[in-house]
Amino acid sequence: MVKEIERVGLPAVLICAIVPIAVTVGANRIVRAIAIPHPTGDPNVEKKEEIEIRKNLLRKALKALCSKIEEQTVFK
Amino acid sequence: MEKVRVVHYLNQFFGQIGGEDRAGIPPQMKEGPIGVGQQIQNESRGRFEIVRTIICGDNYAAEHLEEVEPLILKWVEEVHPDLFWAGPAFAAGRYGIACGTMCKAVQQKLGIPAITAMHPTNPGVEAARKEMYIIETGDSIRDMKRVIPKMMVLAQKILDKTPIGMPQEEGYFPRGIRVNVRAEKRGSKRAVEMLLKKLRGEPFVTELPIPQFDRVAPAPPVADLSKAVIALVTEGGIVPKGNPDRIEAHNASKYCKYFIGDLNDLTGEAYQTAHGGYDPVYANDDPDRVLPLDAARLLEKEGVFGKLYDYYYVTVGNVTAVTSAARYGHEIGELLLKDGVQGVIFTST
Repeated sequence: MVKEIERVGLPAVLICAIVPIAVTVGANRIVRAIAIPHPTGDPNVEKKEEIEIRKNLLRKALKALCSKIEEQTVFK
Repeated sequence: MEKVRVVHYLNQFFGQIGGEDRAGIPPQMKEGPIGVGQQIQNESRGRFEIVRTIICGDNYAAEHLEEVEPLILKWVEEVHPDLFWAGPAFAAGRYGIACGTMCKAVQQKLGIPAITAMHPTNPGVEAARKEMYIIETGDSIRDMKRVIPKMMVLAQKILDKTPIGMPQEEGYFPRGIRVNVRAEKRGSKRAVEMLLKKLRGEPFVTELPIPQFDRVAPAPPVADLSKAVIALVTEGGIVPKGNPDRIEAHNASKYCKYFIGDLNDLTGEAYQTAHGGYDPVYANDDPDRVLPLDAARLLEKEGVFGKLYDYYYVTVGNVTAVTSAARYGHEIGELLLKDGVQGVIFTST
């Protein structure tokens, strides 16, 4: 889906736990999620820490949206 | 062999009424065969007898499906045929959809076996292949000569209730039914033989075609993040509690748009996941773990980006047909672009 969004001209970043699948289906901007059942969360830590983790993940995602890329890129 | 009484469905062109200019004609019926129907009779040496032909304009059928269907069912039932034969439609999309839909209706509502045929790109294939046997055709009428006997053979097997072979043997589109078959050689042997053929550059036939995914050129990056409108989208199925719009847990038929303009956080009391493909415990406890609204709102307030779009889009990406997902992605992309969004964060489970 993210590829189709990008096809209309909108930069789109996929936060996805299984990066090889994201690469295979053709997503251009990929950020590794934390886990399949909680891509932007971590139930094993305290709430405050979890929000920081989520914010950092989003910062990475926003950086991906602002990056000029020529090919599929996994943003670390 | 016994005679097979057939009702034949044709569009305005094959019904010998006219071309595109007559695509708006309402349904009509004639006793006996017309055009292709005559070919069917000849090919079967009279065994397949077209007792009635129903003709409907492609546009009329497409635009008035709910009215056309009961009328056609009535005309079919009146003559108690053994078989309903639609088309072949080849690559004609409206015709293919009409054929697939009418065949399904006759089969499901009248219990009369039905058969049709069309080209793989015909949208009628997706519409009906799970419920129907649809013979695969080429894209031109020149294929008629090859297709009619194939349809007859398969129709006869359906009527005789004899076992029907695999799609490749009989020439129909796979219906998504899994059948256990006993192979002569065990899997490890077949795998090694296939690998050896690949290594020697010899031709081989895969047992499972791997889908090919195309590539899209990256869109230009967001120009000025501090002013940009960013949207959140997810295939993780986060919906208002109760799933009011009933997004399916599996093979979603839709995507939805929900307002978050006045929210800073998604709670387990107000939201839930509808996705049937992952353990829902963490998402139901805190939906921000799939749709990160709270963190996005904090970053927005800090000025990291301009504005969080007031809505989010959601579907369930669990066994969703690739064609459906592509369509949702495309439509969501267009809607977001129209609404001034400049970047999209998409979460996937």
